[in-house]
Amino acid sequence: MNLHEYQAKQILAGYGVSVPVGEVAETASSAQGVARKLPSKRYVVKAQVHAGGRGRAGGIKIVDSVAAVEKAAEELLGQTLVTEQTGPEGRSVRAVYVEEAIDSKRDVYVAVLVDRETGKVSLIGAEQGGEDIEERAAAKPSIIKTLMVKPDGSAAKGAFESFAKKLNLTGALTKKGATLFQGLAKAFVEQDASLIEINPLAVTAGQELLALDVKMVLDDNAMFRHQDIHDLQDKDELDPVEMQAQANEINYIRMEGNIGVVVNGAGLALVTNDMLTDAGGVPANFMDIRTTASSLDISAGFDLLLSNPNVKAVLVNVHGGGMQRCDTIAEGIGISIKRCGCTVPIVLRFAGNNADYGRTLLGNYGISYIEAQDMGDAIERVIALVRPEAA
Amino acid sequence: MAILVGKDTKVICQGMTGRTASYHIERAMAYGTNVVGGVRPGKGGTRHLDAPIFDSVSDAVAGTGADASIIFVPPPSAAEAMIEAIEAEVPVVVCVTERVPVLDMVRVRDALEGSKTHLVGPNSQGVLTPQACKLGVMATVHERPGSIGIISRSATLTSEIVAQTSAAGLGQSTTVGIGGDPVHGIGFVECLKLFMDDPETAGVILIGEIGGADEEMAAGYLSSVKAPKPVVALVAGRHAPPERRMGHAGTLTLFGRADANQKIKTLRAAGVHIAPNPHDVAGAMRQSLE
Repeated sequence: MNLHEYQAKQILAGYGVSVPVGEVAETASSAQGVARKLPSKRYVVKAQVHAGGRGRAGGIKIVDSVAAVEKAAEELLGQTLVTEQTGPEGRSVRAVYVEEAIDSKRDVYVAVLVDRETGKVSLIGAEQGGEDIEERAAAKPSIIKTLMVKPDGSAAKGAFESFAKKLNLTGALTKKGATLFQGLAKAFVEQDASLIEINPLAVTAGQELLALDVKMVLDDNAMFRHQDIHDLQDKDELDPVEMQAQANEINYIRMEGNIGVVVNGAGLALVTNDMLTDAGGVPANFMDIRTTASSLDISAGFDLLLSNPNVKAVLVNVHGGGMQRCDTIAEGIGISIKRCGCTVPIVLRFAGNNADYGRTLLGNYGISYIEAQDMGDAIERVIALVRPEAA
Repeated sequence: MAILVGKDTKVICQGMTGRTASYHIERAMAYGTNVVGGVRPGKGGTRHLDAPIFDSVSDAVAGTGADASIIFVPPPSAAEAMIEAIEAEVPVVVCVTERVPVLDMVRVRDALEGSKTHLVGPNSQGVLTPQACKLGVMATVHERPGSIGIISRSATLTSEIVAQTSAAGLGQSTTVGIGGDPVHGIGFVECLKLFMDDPETAGVILIGEIGGADEEMAAGYLSSVKAPKPVVALVAGRHAPPERRMGHAGTLTLFGRADANQKIKTLRAAGVHIAPNPHDVAGAMRQSLE
């Protein structure tokens, strides 16, 4: 689950991380009201969307007067912001965060995440941060420094200090850095985060460390123990179709093509789309029916797929496993088609557990389909259906 | 005896009295798996599916001599169940549970360090040695005893490859689902080591996918082995939609490693035969065995 910048800053402030003074606003006039209260003559107005790259995309404005704050907020609110991380559809801006502008003498980069290779909570940092950190790290990996911490977020005596020194935080900044990093690791573990990123972490002229931008992602699987945080979720940022699918135990991602795809299991779903693409087809979606989906869940997932007007044919590629069998999926498809009466052609490939029973069930629902012998055959047949000359 | 589990493996089930566990354990028993008991705190001394139930893993191990456990415990307490099995020094533990919090798995990995346990999963379909032991929830339709080891991050894709290796007359020594979670127990490398040392395994199939670093670590290991057994790999997600993400850190630690085509390149450089699609896997394995 993604948090907005202002939410993340609020949480981190509780762990001793200093952040600029600011408030969120949903209208231009309240943005102006926020600016009026700030102890500053320069302000930052920042679009609150779940994506990085806002600065380069014009989603962050630095201005010199309260009137200019209002104008900047007016421009940003309601705008669709397209950054390198949003995809071409962009994100609509519903709120802005107004804070005091800070003069940074140096921008540091720091993040906490779980390293997949070692399975440990890791702090990573670079003495020079900024929006191009990714490119610079790819070109020169040695600029990235790492500190692995214990599962509870603690570290050996002096470890946070020496990490601070590696980021060239010297003198009085070593201690301040160590305290901040310790707080970050603690926040990460206590809040069940999967990512906290501070970029930039400003070093001010007064030798203070201030988190100017924060990104925080929480582990969806741990939300059962964080109901308070779960309530912070901004549902407007989520794709309603994908959210509906999730509620029905289905991973669903909309894509550009015209072949609807129904598969159980993420690996088989990836391979199905790989094979479709290799053969010249274009999938309309990625679908992975989880092992826990019931036939009613599956029918809802099939409804979503059929609601996509671009879908000209459907490929069902199911390998019945121990937990998700062909008959459950047949039942789901049957319910959905009976409900909508739609006639889009279906190529069906059932294998594994209860494949025969699944086909019988579809027959009982009176659903006609083109049967395929194997995956390769299924893909050939469904592509033949969407070729221009077939229409 | 293939790897991890065989005919003589004595299995207990943690959380056996639950509905899903009962369903799958009944099927495992029917398959011939030697299920010697179950664990359910508070129900010690009772029986379920005609097997004795114990209050704790250590009681169950003491009472039955079990050397493998399969865990069906809901996500909030799955980590504690895994750690309990690790502390009881159960040699092979499969965790089927999906949606275990990542930071719980960080604690489990910590408990695994220096332990005597091979943990498989979580979010795993388990381990299957055909006609001998089913420590998992996989379909048993197409598997045949044979000489190919299969290591996979994906359950349904495993079923697919099992069917094809059986049809090609190769069969399987053991199949291992390492699970789809970012932090998991046993990985490609440990499984490869076990298969390399197993006299019944002639070749190994790796089923990988985008994300994570298991494929790169496998390539690193294989480059270090003199004359390994033939390895064929399928990497799913060559045309996957780019992952939506926030921030830079995801790619920072990976340095471009998550991409399927990059994984394929790295594996190929380590001498692994690449099957572009599932129906090429069995053929590629046959060829490399000749």
